[in-house]
Amino acid sequence: MELVDEVRKGSVRALAKLITLVENEMPGGVEAMEEIYPLTGNAYIIGITGPPGAGKSTLTDRITKELRRKNCTVGIIAIDPTSPFTGGALLGDRVRMQGVSSDEDVFIRSMATRGSLGGLSRATSDTVKILDAYGKDYVIIETVGVGQDEVDIVRTADISILVVMPGGGDDIQAIKAGIMEIGDIFVVNKADRDGADRLVTEIKMMLGLSSVEREWTSPIIKTVATEDQGIGTLVEKINEHREFLVKSGMLACRRKERIRSEIIKMIEYEIYRYLDSLIAENKDFFEQRLEDIVNKKEDPYLLAKKTVETIAKRISKNANV
Amino acid sequence: MNQDKRIRVLVAKPGLDGHDRGAKVIARALRDSGMEVIYTGIRQTPEQIVDAALQEDVDTILLSILSGAHGFLFPRIMELLKEKGLGDILVLGGGIIPEDDVPELKELGISEIFGPGMSSQTLINYIRENLSQG
Repeated sequence: MELVDEVRKGSVRALAKLITLVENEMPGGVEAMEEIYPLTGNAYIIGITGPPGAGKSTLTDRITKELRRKNCTVGIIAIDPTSPFTGGALLGDRVRMQGVSSDEDVFIRSMATRGSLGGLSRATSDTVKILDAYGKDYVIIETVGVGQDEVDIVRTADISILVVMPGGGDDIQAIKAGIMEIGDIFVVNKADRDGADRLVTEIKMMLGLSSVEREWTSPIIKTVATEDQGIGTLVEKINEHREFLVKSGMLACRRKERIRSEIIKMIEYEIYRYLDSLIAENKDFFEQRLEDIVNKKEDPYLLAKKTVETIAKRISKNANV
Repeated sequence: MNQDKRIRVLVAKPGLDGHDRGAKVIARALRDSGMEVIYTGIRQTPEQIVDAALQEDVDTILLSILSGAHGFLFPRIMELLKEKGLGDILVLGGGIIPEDDVPELKELGISEIFGPGMSSQTLINYIRENLSQG
């Protein structure tokens, strides 16, 4: 495909266009990804997550600057939420990335979640691959501001960095399941504020309480991103963790698991598309069933089962063609 | 399921004036109309604006300016857009721009200038109509 060739030759315009093609699921997108896939595997993927306002964008900006000092090229995917009511989005992460936004070797793409709930957008993993194939040394994914359970980043990045800030709740918040379990590195940002040391202690205690034996102890790093404090240490730790993953064989493991979950998602999505068109084509039929189900004349389980059978028939019919 | 191509808009404030209330109101209105709005903040250089437009693959750029420097900044932005092969992007201006300056800006390739008092619906309709033609 011409667009993919242009990307390989280093065209930024083609890179941006290809991401749009894939994100909008336009014709040719899947074929393009088929060509992109063999070219991937060289970039190191850093995930940055944390609650809204913790400083993810500023930290992304500063980490990128530090990586640029080491002459590494960087791609950034910055995700913000889509309105569930209008479908619109305000993507404002670039505001905090002024330091790197006009650097030729940094490519920033803002993306809206478009209905995805895990903290990323559906096209995130494909966009990572495109940036990887383009030749970026690092790809940084900044998730939407997350709460407690949006942990898709773990299945997309090589390393997950959890950014928190002082004043975010009591110590029980720190031992709840979900987001606090995924940090390969913890960053206590805005560490010049009151309560930073207490927060570090709480995270330390939480990590100490863990009964799961881990080969890697997640470090806790204090930063003041706006003042460039702690960034050097953070990047050192990122690289240390990378070495650990490579030496222990865990990087290969993580990447294999990632592909596994991606394949399953792709299949789910394909099947979902059949369901979607089936329902669209038989709107009245489904409305009638719904009416009957509400009135207890039918049960929903049977309808679900029959629908699956119909989808299966359609799929096998398509496969024969 | 099939996602229609969402309209992506870059709202940018070139130059040195730091007043972005208007730009934010517009950004919000466009968001509420279902568009994806990339907001880059104040004090942007023409280079930053054009790089953002390139990387974000936007359909439209909205330039908001109050400082009076449009006569210098807008031509530079249009020149850079052409240089980078982005001549097909719909570029609109807003803020405080004297009427006398409008013809000259339009000659540069800026499609329309929206001044104070314009309703955001007018702008939304304008973008939709002009993009569907292209």
